[in-house]
Amino acid sequence: MLPERMINLLILGLLLAVPLVALAMDEPFIITLATKAAVLAVAGVGLNLALGQGGLVSFGHAAYFGVGGYAMGILASHAQSYTPLMEAPFLIEGTKSMLVIWLVAIVASALVALLVGALSLRTSGVYFIMVTLAFGQMLYYFAISWPAYGGEDGLSIYVRNGFPGLNTLDPIQFFGLCFAVLLIVLFAVNLLNKSPFGLALNGAHQNEERARTVGINVYRLRLTAFVISGAITGLAGALFADLNRFVSPTMFSWQTSGEIMVFIILGGVARLCGPVAGAAVYILLEHVLGGLSEYWHIYLGAILLFVVLFAKGGLVGGLSRREVRHAG
Amino acid sequence: MPGEVILDVRDLHKSFGALKASDGISLNLRAGEIHALIGPNGAGKSTLIKQIAGGLKPDRGAVHFMGRDVSALSVAQRAHAGLARTFQISALAMEYTVMENAVLGAIGQSGRTFGFFRPAMKDRALLDSAAAALERVGLTEHASTITSELSHGQRRQLEVAVALTLAPKAFLMDEPMAGMGAEGSRELTGFLQDLKHQAPILLVEHDMDAVFALADRISVLVYGKIIATGSVDEIRSNADVKTAYLGEEDAA
Repeated sequence: MLPERMINLLILGLLLAVPLVALAMDEPFIITLATKAAVLAVAGVGLNLALGQGGLVSFGHAAYFGVGGYAMGILASHAQSYTPLMEAPFLIEGTKSMLVIWLVAIVASALVALLVGALSLRTSGVYFIMVTLAFGQMLYYFAISWPAYGGEDGLSIYVRNGFPGLNTLDPIQFFGLCFAVLLIVLFAVNLLNKSPFGLALNGAHQNEERARTVGINVYRLRLTAFVISGAITGLAGALFADLNRFVSPTMFSWQTSGEIMVFIILGGVARLCGPVAGAAVYILLEHVLGGLSEYWHIYLGAILLFVVLFAKGGLVGGLSRREVRHAG
Repeated sequence: MPGEVILDVRDLHKSFGALKASDGISLNLRAGEIHALIGPNGAGKSTLIKQIAGGLKPDRGAVHFMGRDVSALSVAQRAHAGLARTFQISALAMEYTVMENAVLGAIGQSGRTFGFFRPAMKDRALLDSAAAALERVGLTEHASTITSELSHGQRRQLEVAVALTLAPKAFLMDEPMAGMGAEGSRELTGFLQDLKHQAPILLVEHDMDAVFALADRISVLVYGKIIATGSVDEIRSNADVKTAYLGEEDAA
């Protein structure tokens, strides 16, 4: 048993090492797989803030993933067709700049999360799960029936968006960018978890009555966490869209919400790097088992069942020992 | 030596269907006193405490705290104003250490729930406030123990410590002696005797020995009504109380 910090370094080290080895062996496809794992990990880290720390089982995080994806798709498609998004009352043009796209993705998904959270957080338990799911599905069907941006077929972006100083079409450079985003997000979330806000959020998860009784406004606390969580998942959506150079309503589907949740359960609920380990294992399984059988989800199901029954802390929880975070 | 009125409950009414859980309850809590609330099971004690704490909205009536009407305030807002509550069944964050629970209280009190960047467990002000509260109840050596590993009595102590971090102006204590051994009860009795000088205590308690030893005033609640309020001697000799409450106990 190792301290959790060591496990985290190991997970991130592995995720960094794989594409570097793949680069040396000239295997660009493996680099793309690692990039996908890094991007999905960001989505998982986002959901983990709400689900793991806050105990808010959102089954609709695909909504923010999709909003982030469509933020990229819409802005880039206008840029590639040289048509403005709108002309009146003021001109908004499309863009191929990742930084602008990320900002729009974060703001848009945060706003959607604010709306969904404000309503869904008035409920709890199964109702909360159902309300978040319902919002996700609403956006899914909206995307399908919105012909301006591809409807059911989605949107293709021919050239990956640009980042100053990088050739984003080079797989290893794009991986580096996504990995850096993951590190920044992990750093920020770690800070958040340890802050008074994080302590209060997890405290309210363990005992809501307790949090209220010490004067904490639990609704506002959770809504804030939900919005930050949605914004992070939205950023992941924009990266995912750029990785595939394609956006489709599938990003909004409940299966996507479920997958993001699976990363967390596999890796370890409320563990900082749990979703990273979970997303990496998921991609690995999809690649290895998916090559064996089209029905690889059966094996995934069996593994998930095993984790839930026998290794509650997931991969990270199973490998690390419990730590007291302060001196006696 | 009647002190200044800290908490004033005015004509509270609360019904659940045909059941009148609070039927025009008025009582107050003065500085420096322990005011015990006793009554048979089902008399409406818990319902009353919930209404005072803000978790349950009365149908009618008002709660004044520190000279202001807090009837419209939430549990969190009342706690923030200095109304500290301890629970009959310990309500603590069981996965946190003892220290983290106390820091949680300090965070609530400081109003810094939305501090995002500085680690809470390295914040001097929060730690000092939490450590002082733990010291006060004698849990200092258990600061890094996980709360779920504490004994029943220690959890009760921690409940009080968390309440202390709120810089309380009044305590609402729901059966703090419940489930404590004889020695634990005696220790806590001494502790509360001392604590009341910091902030008055409205105490709901089943342990009659403790109530008679501790209380400056006692109110007796029966079927949602306060049938008597007075000193220990007055309550002991009150005929209504004897038949309604103490008589039952003697018979049992």
